[in-house]
Order: sequence, then structure tokens, then C-alpha cells
Amino acid sequence: MFRKKECVAMLLAGGQGSRLYALTEKTAKPAVSFGGKYRIIDFPLSNCINSGVDTVGVLTQYQPLVLNDYIGNGLPWDLDRANGGVKILPPYQGKNGADWYRGTANAIYQNMEFIKLYDPDYVLILSGDHIYSMDYAAMLDYHKKMNADCTIAVIEVPMEEASRFGILSTEEDGKIYKFSEKPKKPDSNKASMGIYIFNKDKLFEYLCADASDPDSANDFGKNIIPAMLSAGERMYAYPFAGYWKDVGTIDSLWEANMDLLGESPALSLNDEGWRIYSRHGASSPQFVGEDAKVVNSSVTQGCEIHGTVRNSVIGSGVRIMKGAVVEDSVIFDNVVIGEGAAVRYCMLDSSVTVGKGASVGVARDTACGITVLGNGVSVPEHAVIGDNAMISEWKGE
Amino acid sequence: MTVAGLIFSNIHDSAIPELTAMRTMASVPFGCRYRLVDFPLSNMVNSGITKVGIITHNNYRSLMDHIGTGKDWDLARRSGGIKFLPPFITAYENAGSSTLYSTRLEALLGATNFISRCNEDYIVFSDCDVICNIDLSEVLEAHEQKGADLTIVTRSFAPSEAFHPEDMYEVKSDVDGRVTEVTGYAPKHRAVTVSSNIMVIRRTFLLGLLQEAMTRGYRDFYRDLVRKIVSKSRVYAYPYEGAFLQITSMESYYACSMRLLEQDVRKGLFNVRHRPVLTKVRNSAPTIYSANAKVSNSYVADGCIIEGTVENSIIFRGVKVGKGTVIRNSILLQDTYTGNNVELNCVITDKNVLIKDGRRLSGHESMPFYIGKGRMV
Repeated sequence: MFRKKECVAMLLAGGQGSRLYALTEKTAKPAVSFGGKYRIIDFPLSNCINSGVDTVGVLTQYQPLVLNDYIGNGLPWDLDRANGGVKILPPYQGKNGADWYRGTANAIYQNMEFIKLYDPDYVLILSGDHIYSMDYAAMLDYHKKMNADCTIAVIEVPMEEASRFGILSTEEDGKIYKFSEKPKKPDSNKASMGIYIFNKDKLFEYLCADASDPDSANDFGKNIIPAMLSAGERMYAYPFAGYWKDVGTIDSLWEANMDLLGESPALSLNDEGWRIYSRHGASSPQFVGEDAKVVNSSVTQGCEIHGTVRNSVIGSGVRIMKGAVVEDSVIFDNVVIGEGAAVRYCMLDSSVTVGKGASVGVARDTACGITVLGNGVSVPEHAVIGDNAMISEWKGE
Repeated sequence: MTVAGLIFSNIHDSAIPELTAMRTMASVPFGCRYRLVDFPLSNMVNSGITKVGIITHNNYRSLMDHIGTGKDWDLARRSGGIKFLPPFITAYENAGSSTLYSTRLEALLGATNFISRCNEDYIVFSDCDVICNIDLSEVLEAHEQKGADLTIVTRSFAPSEAFHPEDMYEVKSDVDGRVTEVTGYAPKHRAVTVSSNIMVIRRTFLLGLLQEAMTRGYRDFYRDLVRKIVSKSRVYAYPYEGAFLQITSMESYYACSMRLLEQDVRKGLFNVRHRPVLTKVRNSAPTIYSANAKVSNSYVADGCIIEGTVENSIIFRGVKVGKGTVIRNSILLQDTYTGNNVELNCVITDKNVLIKDGRRLSGHESMPFYIGKGRMV
């Protein structure tokens, strides 16, 4: 068949990401900025194309405008294809009425027709809230080698943190015999990364059964995986070693950004063999002024820096004026920081302006939390905003 | 009013033989992340021109690689888009008569087919040695308003201006802007108005000129054509006053690059509303400045790793500046790699140059020291 694909990826991008508060007020979590030039969804999309998976359905639901606009025709990820490519899959009205996606499994269930178009042997389920580089082709090889019905990617986490994750217990050959969601007393440190490969027919069988169960939460972790386990299907854990971070909270998003910095950074985006692609406009190079000081930082195209930047990640088109200081902060694109202003231990969303002489946040070693300013917030001249603040709209005095 | 563009990619190659040894003038890297063709091409795209022919001569592989399908300029179109116009050399008999062109007029004659197959009203010409951000739709408007056959975009220089044009055509016009005289040589150190070689011409008028040139064996566009038509046809000058750089020699390549460190020049070229300079996207990661980085008054592209000192310099994509290394007044092209404790002053390194630990190299502003593509020092 002309459209036949071996593997189709389904990317769950409908989540609200409510723990990112102001940052996801107007955008879905996968569209949140990362590393100055990227958005979270660039990672799974780039991994797909780098792994040879060229057909990706992106399931959107919450605040999809920015995400739809960002993905567009998929050109930046080389996913503008005549056969396959990236397709946005929003909830839709069917013959028997309209329905929102009620859970991760339900979202896939409602788009089984999309998957059938390509008659794949395997379906790869991804989520849009992790920062990592991973070769899905290697995982698929493992899946085939183990003759599995379902393969779940796992990463070893410190034992004391294991109770925050979905934990898999496996036999020596990787066969899963137990799955427990956020267990109080974990008996393994193999955490599910939320990346699954299913044999298509098996997946469809369980999705249909799940859909006809009115008590189900229609969720992979809560329903599909346990159901398959108890039915004795062949389920394997694919061990992944490498950088992987869930950026579901303000703190973890900040930390992941900081992982780009330092003498030997935990996360490097400069890998020629595994490019992370992103959609970015044509901006000019970055200009570093006569009196500027840029130290241990990552700076993106289009910036004009005349102040001091320390331990920070700066997005594109940011202007930092004379005498301004930016420290331990993550600055998204097109932010303007006025003369003499101080920004410490902050996360500033796109198009924030900080007036002359204003002070936002306090030094990291004395602060009790990160200060976050939402999209387009404008801080007046000489205003003072303390630590651990969360502002999504500035109403003035 | 419909318009097609025509870009001459090789015409000024001989001005900077070092940088054009392996490439066209159009694909000479400039300003951290651009190639010279990006400027005329963006000017056309930003003015709503969606059909552009690029006339090539030789060495154009790098140019084709840079342009690709044209999608980075939104010119990957079913109708129109980018058309490469390489020299037409046939392998059949009497191939001897189809030799490579050597002048602008001969280049145009080679593109007659493209021009006659266009159905646009006007053709806009542009060369690749001129760096500016001009709104061509304004030039076209003026062209129509004056009922002109040919409009030449001109640039005036005061005697004092540090950058002074050489080997240009001087354009004299009356108060109404009508061109009265075009002369071949512009002497230095006096106020002068020259042609930028950006021109708007009515397509049917151009075809007529080309026909005449063909039958009479004309060779030079200005000397044989423009000078002859000034008296009988409507030739107008359009004075352009915005940011303008022109590369006429290796020294001027260096000087033009350094002028990007002036705020006004950057603003006039790159920060014009709705008129971005488009280029090939390379997907570099942001630039990393290490704990010991000291960068001042420099223009830096993405994808660099800077661990040393950089002053008054232009740093292209993917450059690595090692620990203890000091780069001053230099231009480091794409993927230049400098080891530790290197010192560079007034140096231009071409692509993929490797400078080993502890090397100290220096040129002078009047004669920057050039290191060729892929060399190791």
C-alpha cells in the first residue's frame, strides 16, 4: 500500500500543564519555551525525525493556537511530507456527537482512523512534556527483538525519588511483571518515561475494550497498561540512559534550562549528529556591547546586550540595557530589561518588559522561590517585585 | 503592476579574489550568519517579488547549496519562486560559439529566454556586492509615477565619507531626477552620486534593448546601452539614503564587516520593521559563554562556544574560542576553531579554519591577514 508506514508516532500535546501557572495561561505546555530558542515539543518532534519516524499525529486540546501556529506545516522538523509528516489532531465532532479527549487513551482511541490511514505495524506514544534526546529506532529494534506486545521506556531514578514516578518492576530479561503509579514503597527504581511502543492490533484491541468501560479513566498509566499486564501480554521495559527531565513544574523547568550551562553541561544542544530543530524567525546575530559582561550563559540570536548577564539562559530578540543585571534567570524571547534594572532568580515569559531601575526577584541564595512573570507583563520603572512571586497580568497601581 | 527579480551572482567576483576562489560573490559569507545574496534576495521578497532569477557564471555550487529550494525565503513556489540561470553551454556541435559571458550585458543576453518568458510588467536588477535594506516597492512606485523606462537606484557620498566607492558608474541627473549623464569613472575625494546597480526596468523595454544589443554586437551595459538611451528614453535616478555598504576589495570587506559594530548600521540593515534579512536556517543551538568569557563590542552568531576574550570582532556560526584565547578586530567565518591561548588581531579566517594552541597571528586594518578555507595553522 502506498501510504504504509512501519511506525506512526502519536504525540499527546493536549495537557494544560497547570503547575507551570502563568507560563501556560495562554499556551499549552508543549509550546512553552526552553533553552532560549526551543519549545518543549521540539524534543519529541526532533527525536522522531532523527529516528526515522516521519509520521506524527499531534493531539491538541488545551489552548492550541500557539501550538498550531508553531507546528504549522512541520517544515522546521522536515515533517512537511507528501506522505506522512506532522498532522494536528484536535478533538472533533463525530456522527454521534462531539467529545473532548477524556484521557490519554481516549485521545488515541478517537484517532484510530488516523492511524489506520498508514496501516502501521507499530504505534509510538509520546508526550510533550519532557526534555531528552532519544533514538526511538533503537527502542523499536528492542521491541521487535523481544517480540513484545508493548514496550515501555524506563530510566533509573534515585530510589528516594522513585515514589514520584510510575514504577516498573521487571525480570532479568526486562519483562515487566508489575506496574505501580507513584508507589509509597517502590520496589524498583525503573521509572516509566511515558514513552510506549505498541503492536497496533494489540493497542486497538485494548483501546476498544477500555472505551466500552464506563468506569475507566481512559488513561494509559491507570488503565491500559494495568489491563494488559493482568491479561499476561508480553510487556518489556526498554532501559534508557541519558539526559531526561520532566519539566512539569517551574522549578524543574528552571533546572533543565540551567543544565545547559557550566563547564561540562548535563545537556548539550550542540550535537551535530542529533540536532534539535525549532521554528525560529530570521533575526540578526547577537550584539554584545562595549560595557557588557556575559558569563556562564546561553544567548540566542537577535539579542542586544549592554548589561551584565550571569548564569542565565537568554531567548531570542532580548534587549538588556546598560547597567542592568540578569542573574540565575531564564528569559524567554523579546523581553526588554531597562537601564539599571535587576532581574534575579526569575523566569520571564515572552515580551515581558522590566522598566528602568526596577528590581525583580532576589538573589538565589537568599530567595525562597523563583519569581515568574507571565507573557507580556510590563513592570513599571523602579518597581520592586520580591522572590517567589507569580504574576500573569500587571494591573498597575 | 507585477515584478520579477534578476540577481547577478558573479559580476564582482574579481573584487575579492581570496573569498571568491571557491564561491560566487553572492555566496560570500557576511555578518555572522548571512551570505551576500541574502540582502538583494530579502529586499525583493520583502517587496512582494516572488519570482527571482539568479544569473550564475562559475563556482556556484556553494550558492545552490545555500539557496536550496528557496524555502527559507518563502520562494519554494509552484509558480515563480527561485530560478537558477546558469550559463547555457551546449555539448552539441558549434558549442564553441556559446562561450561564458564576461559582462553584465552578455549575462543579460544569456537570460533573454527567462526574461521573455516572464509575464511581469517590470524587472528589478540587483548585484551582490551591495548590502542595504531598501523598499523596492517604493522604487517601483516612483518608476511608475515618472513613467520611466529605466530607474537607477543611486547613492550619494560626501567627500569626507570614510567609505568611498571605486570602479562605479557616476550618475548625474536634473532637479526632477531625470538622468542626464552616466559616466564610467568616479574619481575619489569629491562628492559623488553613483549607481548601486539596483535598477527597475520595463520588461518589454528591456527586451527591445537586448534585441538591439544582439544585432549590433554591444558588450557593455552602461557604456553601450544606458549612455546611449539617456537622451531619448526616460531614465530616472532614485536616491537611496538608508544604510549602505559596498564591497569592492578585501580591505572594504573587512571595513564593511566592522561597520556592523555601529548601532546605526545594524539598525538600518537588520531592525527595519517588516523587512527582515532572510537567510538559510542552520538550527544552531544558542551561543554558550563560559565562566571565563569576556566579550565586548562584538557581533556573534548562534552555535558558538566562547571560553576566551573577544573584542571588536565578527563571529560566525559554530565558532569555538578556546580558553585564554584573545580575538581582537577579527572576522572568524563559520566553524573556525581556535585552541587555547591563541592571539588573533585583524585576521579573517575562512570557513573551517583550525588554529592550534598558542598561535599568534596579526594583520593590519589596512591589510587584514586572510587564512583560506579549511587551512590549519
